[in-house]
Amino acid sequence: MSTLTKPDAQPVWEVVAAVLDPEVPVLTIEDLGILRAVEVDDDGTVRVVITPTYSGCPAMETITTDVLSALARAGHTDAEVELVLAPAWTTDWITDQGRRRLEEFGIAPPQPRSSDGVVGLTLSLRCPQCGSPETRELSHFGSTACKSLWVCTACREPFDHFKAI
Amino acid sequence: MSRQPTRDSAHDYALALGDDALVMAQRMGEWIASAPQIEEDIALGNLALDQLGQARTLLSYAGSLSEPLRTEDDLAYLRDAADFRNVLLVERPWGPGRPDFGVAMARLLVLSTYQWLLYDDLRSSTDATLAAIAAKAVKEVDYHRDHAKLWVLRLGDGTEESHLRMQAAVDAEWPYVEELFDGSFVHPALLDEGVAVDPTSLRAAVLDRLASVLAEATLELPDVTPAASGGRRGEHTDHLTELLADMQGLARTHQGATW
Repeated sequence: MSTLTKPDAQPVWEVVAAVLDPEVPVLTIEDLGILRAVEVDDDGTVRVVITPTYSGCPAMETITTDVLSALARAGHTDAEVELVLAPAWTTDWITDQGRRRLEEFGIAPPQPRSSDGVVGLTLSLRCPQCGSPETRELSHFGSTACKSLWVCTACREPFDHFKAI
Repeated sequence: MSRQPTRDSAHDYALALGDDALVMAQRMGEWIASAPQIEEDIALGNLALDQLGQARTLLSYAGSLSEPLRTEDDLAYLRDAADFRNVLLVERPWGPGRPDFGVAMARLLVLSTYQWLLYDDLRSSTDATLAAIAAKAVKEVDYHRDHAKLWVLRLGDGTEESHLRMQAAVDAEWPYVEELFDGSFVHPALLDEGVAVDPTSLRAAVLDRLASVLAEATLELPDVTPAASGGRRGEHTDHLTELLADMQGLARTHQGATW
């Protein structure tokens, strides 16, 4: 899905791809799948396309600023960030590396989504702290809209789950 | 840009949908730090944020179709109650006295069931922006609907006390359900061109789903006369004026302020 218009955009892509998500700062915006495209014009102008996780994601402005700062530090002062809504972001775009990093951070990664867009309710998750499957959901909504709140009945620790959407 | 009937009608349509979401977001935010559990404070805050995000995209789009151009902030902060086009369902307080959590869950169930079916259809709009907004929003309101349903089941099919109070909450919200299906504010051209969803077409499916949740929750389907409507024409209750005073006060006092 992610596109580069030209092969020489790769170093620029890497600069942008290293920007961290401000709310889950173990994930890059590439891990999260919200970085959709990086284009470099002949005159060196950089255009970055990102998409929000949720309509109301309050991190998009910070991410835009962080992308522009990272580009400026790499010498690309002529840059713009465009926000697109379509196609709608899905947790299926979180990379394998992103999933591993989420789990290491103590957030249970999302399950794959069914293809028709309807998200089946998660029946059970493995606790990211102790690995036990004996867990239950406390609330559909956790510390941010993209997470639900769970508790492990084995180690008694609460944990966040990145909801499939 | 010249004024075109379709452009004006699409503006009015996006404005109405955006106002539903904006006013619901503002009301829902009142629960933060007042909900029965801390988890619920967080949940309702997140629900409000989803609604606010949907409102922002819809109002930004409406503003881009108006002449002169208006921003989402112009539309949210600088309009008076009579210029809002939301349904009355979302503007009323959470109870005549103390905020009633049952009322909040009854209203959320009604609104999210309606929005879920609406956005599901609007995904195929011939207007690419509305289709994109709907494709994101439908996934979010699906969680709202499920959240409301779980609470309505738990309270309706709970103790004698919770059952009575949940029934009273449903009875209080039901007169405001019918207004959701009033399609008179949607310009016929938008329906002909496949831009908008006819609210009338959602009626049977929304009512069916609501009836099925109420039945599962052992609650009676209220047999009520619809309350006054008119929100889509800008005829609002004083409750909206009070809500807007809260929401707009700061922005109007310090216009153009940034931080």
